[in-house]
Amino acid sequence: MSEKILKEIKVKVWRQKNSTSKGRFETYPVANISTDTSFLEMMDILNFQLIESGKEPIVFDHDCREGICGTCSLFINGRAHGPDDGITTCQLHMRKFIDGETIVVEPFRAGTFPVVKDLMVDRSAFEKILHAGGFVSVNTGGVPDGNAIPIGYDDAEAAMDAASCIGCGACVATCKNSSAMLFVSAKVSHLARLPQGKVEAARRARAMVSKMDELGFGNCSNTGACEVECPKGISIANIATLNREYLMAKVIE
Amino acid sequence: MTLLNSKIPEGPLAEKWSKHKAKIKVVSPANKMKLDVIVIGTGLAGASAASSLAELGYNVQAFCYQDSPRRAHSIAAQGGINAAKNYQNDNDSVYRLFYDTIKGGDYRSREANVHRLAEVSGSIIDQCVAQGVPFGREYGGLLSNRSFGGVLVSRTFYARGQTGQQLLIGAYSALNRQIGAGTVKMFPRHEMLDIVKIDGKARGIIARDMVSGEIKKFGAHAVVIASGGYGNVFFLSTNAMGCNGGASWQAYKRGAFMSNPCFVQIHPTCIPVHGDQQSKLTLMSESLRNDGRIWVPKKKEDAEKLQKGLIGPNDIAEEDRDFYLERRYPAYGNLVPRDVASRAGKERCDAGFGVNNTGLAVYLDFNYSIARLGRNVIEARYGNLFQMYEKITDTDPYKVPMQIYPAIHYTMGGTWVDYNLMTSVPGLYAIGEANFSDHGANRLGASALMQGLADGYFVLPYTIGDYLANEIQVPKINTNAPEFEQTLKEVQARLDSLMAVKGTKPVDYFHKKLGKVMWDKVGMSRNEAGLKQAIQEIAEIKADFWKDVKVPGAQGEVNQELEKAGRVADFIELADLMARDALARNESCGGHFREESVTDDGEAKRNDEIGAYVSAWEYKGENQEPVMHKEDLKFEAIELAQRSYK
Repeated sequence: MSEKILKEIKVKVWRQKNSTSKGRFETYPVANISTDTSFLEMMDILNFQLIESGKEPIVFDHDCREGICGTCSLFINGRAHGPDDGITTCQLHMRKFIDGETIVVEPFRAGTFPVVKDLMVDRSAFEKILHAGGFVSVNTGGVPDGNAIPIGYDDAEAAMDAASCIGCGACVATCKNSSAMLFVSAKVSHLARLPQGKVEAARRARAMVSKMDELGFGNCSNTGACEVECPKGISIANIATLNREYLMAKVIE
Repeated sequence: MTLLNSKIPEGPLAEKWSKHKAKIKVVSPANKMKLDVIVIGTGLAGASAASSLAELGYNVQAFCYQDSPRRAHSIAAQGGINAAKNYQNDNDSVYRLFYDTIKGGDYRSREANVHRLAEVSGSIIDQCVAQGVPFGREYGGLLSNRSFGGVLVSRTFYARGQTGQQLLIGAYSALNRQIGAGTVKMFPRHEMLDIVKIDGKARGIIARDMVSGEIKKFGAHAVVIASGGYGNVFFLSTNAMGCNGGASWQAYKRGAFMSNPCFVQIHPTCIPVHGDQQSKLTLMSESLRNDGRIWVPKKKEDAEKLQKGLIGPNDIAEEDRDFYLERRYPAYGNLVPRDVASRAGKERCDAGFGVNNTGLAVYLDFNYSIARLGRNVIEARYGNLFQMYEKITDTDPYKVPMQIYPAIHYTMGGTWVDYNLMTSVPGLYAIGEANFSDHGANRLGASALMQGLADGYFVLPYTIGDYLANEIQVPKINTNAPEFEQTLKEVQARLDSLMAVKGTKPVDYFHKKLGKVMWDKVGMSRNEAGLKQAIQEIAEIKADFWKDVKVPGAQGEVNQELEKAGRVADFIELADLMARDALARNESCGGHFREESVTDDGEAKRNDEIGAYVSAWEYKGENQEPVMHKEDLKFEAIELAQRSYK
């Protein structure tokens, strides 16, 4: 942990007034940034300077700043969540950049994620997919004891691996087809691995896939890019599970 | 005492909740369809309440400032959720969970509320399992448990280090099911800016659409605040950047009393502050204290070398390490409650034994458990936390002990509620962290998730019926009523005045300044002179803010600075009330440490003669002094004792 100071960097950032206007890149210099500073803290500092000099600050989504809420969503130097592995943008630190560098910052780009303003995008399409079937159909109350149905250690762990998805959308933004297969498959296999979710697994897979298609997400062509950029390391093996569940649903039909 | 009627049912403690449920009114399915409920916030409390109410048949409108309900900050809770299941056969029980919570809260919470919490805790686990929450399990397929601070049993259920995330995804999926069914109307990217009252009852809210900037009116037969705590008053905290006290504060200004605002939890194990460019602090879960040992050097000269970076922790011999929690509290050791652990860490650092360049850090060391259990076991238990730590600090905690220091984490104080979770405004409810009721002066680890879900799944859906049963004749609330127009005008005027200041300094400037005053004078250690000074300095910050804040952009668009400005304006006022509450409470209890009230061996000294009360502050108008009412705490089942973890 050896702190250094980046004397000057340049931030080339996407500016777009709203969803209907045309965007463009603008470049701003930022001085004296500690390498222990997070990328979003650097953006805070830049915004502070912009406001002080009478300019409009850059709008970007962020919230928990500890890599779990999935709100932050930037494409930095051509990579979703920037130049590091297994992290969200808020976990990216300035030690990953060098003095004098020009850092290119864009919103997540996908037809299904329209830009709201600057770097903020609308990911409500993900919500709609989950409304269609991303749940176990149980009401509050009247459920059996938590230990009534034993679940094998490996199944519980595999379900947990899939359930780690934070819904950030890096998979869609990275995919050349803007496919949501990794996102959908993570939810489908999380629930299909558990006895509680298995009951309606086929129905769930069918409903979520058909909503995904309806919303205009692209197809999966097995490039594996989504897995590489997923901040939570969700495996594309889940896509195979989704395909199996979906096929089962079709067979039942 | 009509002013503060807690409505705690008569009868023996263990029967209060069941007797109360039998007595309160129920609304028929046909009538539920005609009743509207607004829920503000979609964390564990809000999402569980919104989905459960919708399942019952009410029409629910739910609001969150995030772009999705899944992003509420409950998601960041790491270590676990408590429940009195006694699956481990270690003599746990509803009574023991109740007793631990009351004691952990330093005897400043209501017996009846806490007992109810313990009673419903088991059902929460069942519910979450049914929703598909992948809790940690043993090889036999049964649920696994771990220990948490302030207790001697293992009752904490967990999903790796992401328990909050998994529980929220469970509640969120229940919410999604209702949204899909059309029984919940979800309004993401909406910020609640005021409560609308008609004839004294809460009848709706005014909210700003954070995309279009439009100010909108929403009506309902009841309004539920589930918007969390106000830890961000301190600027640096473990809260998310957007967490705010807005809904609670607007409710306060509309007549909902604010209770124990000075009760703030300072969490002992957070990653230390690195410099003045920092925007937030990151928690390292309390569960780590199961396997990590906390220490500083015994010798001052070792500490000085560490501070200068001349040596590392692994250079210090075993016999020269001071495991100060194990030394001071042999019975609980590293698993003392948070307030105790935080103060003990601060004491060592203040005495000059801090281990980093700022002198404000201690070690949390896993080398001992790695040697005992192997790296694989530790990785399986805490892998994601270790990864988070490594990404932030650029050091490997499998090899070098973590550095940690206390930070603001949770607010036990909040909106005053009665046993039904209704505030002092009829029809207005507060649940989860937003209310004050269950954690007293210090919350035990893994109990926030329990309380949020208890309120949302198993308490509010029952108690709200008692109120709504009398509202079945009330037609759909007309949002064109003059009360709505008037409140909307007031909200608009407030936004206009924020924009109109056109000063020179961004919002963050004031927020940081406020945070420093609060951390220094209303933080881990408080005294009369400091608190009085804080009140004065807060007043100066307020005057300065309204004279010199600069909010760029326009109202009719995404404007994150305007959002922040409104929240910071609230925080400044909240800070004043926190300082007043801390000043009025001239005793030490839980997280509230008054330097005037200390035992001979340096522990917090509670004073039940003057302190066995819940404060309930009443708003008296702009620039008027608020008035404090007191609800006396009565202890029938538990004998008050000086808390000891030795």
